[in-house]
Order: sequence, then structure tokens, then C-alpha cells
Amino acid sequence: MSDSGLDTQIQLIALAITVVFFVFILDLVRRRRLVERYALLWMVAGFALVVLAVWRDLLDVLSDALGIAYPPNALFIIAFGIAFVLLLHFSVATSRLSEETKILAQEVARLDSEVRAMRTGQANGDPAGGQPVAPRDPEAASPVDPSSASTTDQ
Amino acid sequence: MNDAELRRLAIVPALNEAGMVGRVVRDIRREAPDFDVLVVDDGSTDDTAAEGAHVLRHPFNLGIGGAVQSGYKYALAHGYDVAVQVDGDGQHKPEYLPELARELHTEGAADMVTGSRFLEDPGYKVPIGRRAGNMIFAIVLSGIVRRRITDPTSGFRMTNRRGIELFARDYPHDYPEVEAILMLHHHRLRIHEVPVRMNARGFGRSSIDYPRSAFYMAKVLLAIFVGLFRRRPVPADGAAPPPNEDGVAPSAATAKEG
Repeated sequence: MSDSGLDTQIQLIALAITVVFFVFILDLVRRRRLVERYALLWMVAGFALVVLAVWRDLLDVLSDALGIAYPPNALFIIAFGIAFVLLLHFSVATSRLSEETKILAQEVARLDSEVRAMRTGQANGDPAGGQPVAPRDPEAASPVDPSSASTTDQ
Repeated sequence: MNDAELRRLAIVPALNEAGMVGRVVRDIRREAPDFDVLVVDDGSTDDTAAEGAHVLRHPFNLGIGGAVQSGYKYALAHGYDVAVQVDGDGQHKPEYLPELARELHTEGAADMVTGSRFLEDPGYKVPIGRRAGNMIFAIVLSGIVRRRITDPTSGFRMTNRRGIELFARDYPHDYPEVEAILMLHHHRLRIHEVPVRMNARGFGRSSIDYPRSAFYMAKVLLAIFVGLFRRRPVPADGAAPPPNEDGVAPSAATAKEG
């Protein structure tokens, strides 16, 4: 912190990297590779980096408040904490996606078998289909209630 | 309902078992002609799918839990009263089906009848690792369920309408047999074991190798532990189990492997 010229240089580099990062995130959204929800998340993270780069004293204030003697450690702890929460969030999202994918694949298999049975039935001149189809339990058809599935999506 | 009027389904989960499934299907037809046969082709890359009578084709591999659950969903949708799992790799002998069915009906005390390798001499040498794992699960489960379970990893099991409804709605992911027993227990469905012999798995996939089995072991034990704290509504006799409070199948909470 004594050499202010070096400080400015590293601050400029941090700013430049953050700008590139922002442009990259926005481009991902533009190409529909990243949904806005996660883009916002990463942009907030990028913004936090900019604030820390520009406002040098903030890190000292933060580490003082946390009772950490060496300010860079505060940075690592905060960064690790955020990364940890993010990864946990993604694990949860992946679990939900895999469950939904399973249900979709099972539905596809069911529909596929029914279509084939109907085709066989029509080929045999039986419009009702080739196999007995009992009335379906409406709840069995939708193991995931769409309304509640979307509420888990926050 | 008269036994003769019951509709019975054999669910045959199969993954790349083109050589074997046809034989399994024929054996079921011969040994237990009152069973309809459903082959669940779990995303095979060979022509496994071509051999069954009724076939459900998964567009990609879901694992044994997803395959078996597809079968139970089919059984529920088509109004079957009895469903039995018979592995597509030839491990389970269809000659036991009449006996399993007898135990399910005449006993009247069981909602699921499992064929157990360990009630009597298994008839073949079960690999030591698998046997040890089986024993740990057996001890843990027997303690929770408060009755003796000798073969919790056996997938050779037959269940009635209540079991079909339960499993169609919610079935664990991979290596699901152990958790399924716990689910039955939580729903107050009764489990009964009968001694069977099985063929040594020698065909197709050998589903468990060593580093994996340690992972499965930990995973299933975790699932059992978490399952103890999961509220499951107890369905009334004959009534369909109500959906879970959150509407999403509880197994979604367990991260899928890979």
C-alpha cells in the first residue's frame, strides 16, 4: 500500500479483467447460452470484484470487522464462501434436473409404447388399440405437479 | 377378487441384454403363463428392445431404479393387481414366480414377497464383497424394520396393488432395492421373504465393482439415514398414497450419480 503507483496499475488490470468478464457474460446471454438468472448472479460477483479493486480500504474495513489480521485472507474467505454456496446451489439444481429428466424419459417411453400399440391395433383393424388400456390415474400421469415444481425454482 | 381374475405383470428391466432377454421372456411365459411380460429397455445400444412382448423404450439410460419404476408406472396405468421384477440378465429364475405369487396371495400377510438367496444355501458362491455389503444392509434394515431381512439387495420381488401404487409414485435411483424396503416399511406395507436360488450373474453388466460398491454402500446408508427423517404419509387401506407435500418425488433430494 505504500507504492500508490503500483496500486493504480493493479487496479487498472483488475478493472480491465472485470470489464472483459462482463462483456463475456453479456455475450453468453446474447447467444442464449446462459439464462438471465445466472447472468445476474455472475454480474453481481463481478461488481463486487470491481468495488474491491477500486475501493482499496473496503477490504481493510471488512477484515477488521471480521477480526482477520491479514486482509487478503478476508478476501479468500468471502470468495470461497460465495463459491461454496454457488456450487451447492448448482448441485441442488442438477438433482432437480435429473429427476425431471427421468420423469420425461419415462413418459416418452410410455407414449412410445402406446403409439406403437395403437399402430399395431390399427393394422389389425382394431381402432381401440392393441392392448387393454385401463382408465389412467390422473395423478400418476403427472408425478411432478407443475405448479409446485416451479416454486422450487427460486 | 378371485385369484384367477387378477392381472399380473412381470417387469423385466434390461440393458444391452439382447442375448438374454428373449430367453427370460420365454422362461416366464413357460413357467408362469398368467403373467403378462413387459420388457423395459433402459436405453440399450443393441437390439434388446426387439425381443419382448410389450416393450418400454427409454430414450437413454436411466439406471435400474428408473427402469423398474417405468414398469410400475405401466402396471398402475394398465390396472395390474400384481407386479414382479425379473432381471433381464437371467439372474432370477422364473420357475419361482408361482411360489412368490402363492405367498403374496395365500399368506395374505405380505404386500411384497422377496426372493432371498440367504434364507437357504444360495446354490452358488456369492462374491465375498457383495455378501458383506448385503449383510451390513441386512443388519441395518432388520433393525429399522424390526423383522428379519436376509436379502435386502435382491431385486427379485413381487408386490400387490399397494406396492405398485407406491413405487409408481416414488422409487429410489440406482441400487434402489434397499431403500425400497425402507419405503414399504414407512408406508406400513408388509414384507415377506421366501428362499430362492439365483443364477450367478455372468452375462452383460456386472452391476457393482469394488470402488463403486464402496460409493453405493455410503450412498445407500445415507439414503436410509435421511429416509428416517422424511415424513411419509401413511396411506389408508386400499387408498392411493397421497402425493408428497412438496409435490416432487422425495428421491429428487438425493443427487444422482455422475
